[in-house]
Amino acid sequence: MNESRPATRAGAVAASRTDYASSGHLKAEVRGLNFFYGQRHALKNVELPIPERTVTALIGPSGCGKSTLLRCFNRMHDLYPGNRYEGEIVLQPSGVNILSPAVDPMEMRLRTGMVFQKPNPFPKSIYENVAYGLRLRFVNKRSLLEERVEAALRSAALWDEVKDRLHQSAFKLSGGQQQRLCVARALATGPEILLLDEPTSALDPIATSRIEDMIFTLKEQVTILMVTHNMEQAARVADFTAFMYLGELVERGATSQFFQNPQNELTEKYLTGSFG
Amino acid sequence: MNDVSRLIAYRKRQDWWFQIVGALCTLVGVATLVALIVKLMLDGLPLLMRWRVFLFSNASYMPDESGILMAWVGSLCVMLVTFLTAVPLGVGAAIYLEEYAKKNRFTDLIEVNISNLAGVPSITYGLMALWLFGYLLGLSSSVLVGGLTLSLLILPIIIVATREALRSIPQAIREAAYAAGATKWQTIWYHMLPYSLGGIATGTIIAMSRAVGETAPLIVIGAAGWVSNLPPSPVTSHAPFLNFRWLNADFTVLPIQMFTWTADPDPAFQANAAAAGLVLIVFTLSMNAAAIIVRYRVRQKLKW
Ligand SMILES: Nc1ncnc2c1ncn2[C@@H]1O[C@H](COP(=O)(O)OP(=O)(O)OP(=O)(O)O)[C@@H](O)[C@H]1O
Ligand SMILES: [Mg+2]
Repeated sequence: MNESRPATRAGAVAASRTDYASSGHLKAEVRGLNFFYGQRHALKNVELPIPERTVTALIGPSGCGKSTLLRCFNRMHDLYPGNRYEGEIVLQPSGVNILSPAVDPMEMRLRTGMVFQKPNPFPKSIYENVAYGLRLRFVNKRSLLEERVEAALRSAALWDEVKDRLHQSAFKLSGGQQQRLCVARALATGPEILLLDEPTSALDPIATSRIEDMIFTLKEQVTILMVTHNMEQAARVADFTAFMYLGELVERGATSQFFQNPQNELTEKYLTGSFG
Repeated sequence: MNDVSRLIAYRKRQDWWFQIVGALCTLVGVATLVALIVKLMLDGLPLLMRWRVFLFSNASYMPDESGILMAWVGSLCVMLVTFLTAVPLGVGAAIYLEEYAKKNRFTDLIEVNISNLAGVPSITYGLMALWLFGYLLGLSSSVLVGGLTLSLLILPIIIVATREALRSIPQAIREAAYAAGATKWQTIWYHMLPYSLGGIATGTIIAMSRAVGETAPLIVIGAAGWVSNLPPSPVTSHAPFLNFRWLNADFTVLPIQMFTWTADPDPAFQANAAAAGLVLIVFTLSMNAAAIIVRYRVRQKLKW
């Protein structure tokens, strides 16, 4: 990764960064969340406030539970038997606990958009991949679909590459293009919360920076929770960063403070790379 | 060094021997098949040359004028019933087991049983069908009963093939569908079914090509060796244009027709049997070819 770029971008970002203290509005709040894959205790008493229209980055070593936490927000864990939640994720302003059995997982999935760690396009055309969420909502008017598909592909920095072959199979795209297609698919329905699991892990620096630009633009309307292994990326785009370790949320803070002045010893070790 | 070269020589000899043995094994298989087809052709081709007579006349006591009209129409009708019942039932059961049913001991048991059912001798299905349709439901042998019997026979094959096809769809695709807010049914309808269609189609074709050659279970349920009339036409010239009386008709099928001819004391009928056999082989081979084409096409399109 280019060494000079992150610094300059981070500077630009810092100027417009929302300060947690000044923006009191929370979109969601994770309270005392425990999660179990059968017997396996994967999340331990996680506390995490998520301010509205900001980017919160989750970092931490592989296997610490970042994806697990992300997938609680759209109740993906409900798909498999034996998974169990304890505690709550309270959605604001309604105050509803989205983990409560009374909440239909489908509702949360309709209100969030998710980009998975590994690109998983449908074996359909590029166009149909992006239009899928809209079709599920019974949007069938062609002009509207076309408009939304184009807008989503543009935001995901993919439009120019695919505009001439929208009706070709998505499987013909490269890995990085597929990942951006999945971003476009998640954006097309205008979600309230965007869950991004390492959205740039397969991308080159140029595509990465365009996705980061997208995240930056999008957060004016959407609350974003993203997992990343790239700490410069967290520093560049996130308003808040949280560090997870062995299923626990060790520390969370406004990004600049988090990186410059970590409170926890574990966080510091992780950030300086002198881990384990 | 010497040791190594000796070892290599030894292993090369081993290779050579195995190649010979393998080639011989293959030869036995291929030679039998070729001999079989050549023999059938020698016997049956003269009759097939006059295919208009052979295909469009009923079996009679004159070998030269005996044909397979009743048999192939019967086979077609029976296969139609089999197809229309086995595919929806099999696909439905597979979807239920794969996508809806909770995984527990009971469903494990069902799963094992279904796989085993695919290997049960076909005559057993005849007995079961006789008991179910004949004694319990009081139906006599007819196109409907014949079709349903074969449907029972191939149901496990279709279920297993469909489940395999569903299982080969990566979980990540399901997750993507659900994450967008789809219901189970929407996921199945927009994703699981279309993506497994190739597998379902190949499984179905292979199952049908097995069913078309089945004799034993149909004899058990009392299929006729000879019928005098074609089943009534399923379409009619006046409203409601559909007629279901063909389901009730007496029937015979190609393999049974072959069987009655081979059992005939007049040796001249062996030629008829051979010609009918060729027709049956062409039938099943083209179905298998279709299955291969479908599978190839699907593999081209979907590479998980
Ligand atoms: N389906 C599952 N069943 C049981 N354990 C699981 C399952 N999925 C994940 N785990 C375990 O839960 C822990 C957290 O996994 P998770 O996928 O959330 O990690 P992660 O932080 O996203 O890691 P990475 O950075 O490698 O993606 C891991 O130890 C993992 O082995
Ligand atoms: Mg992960």
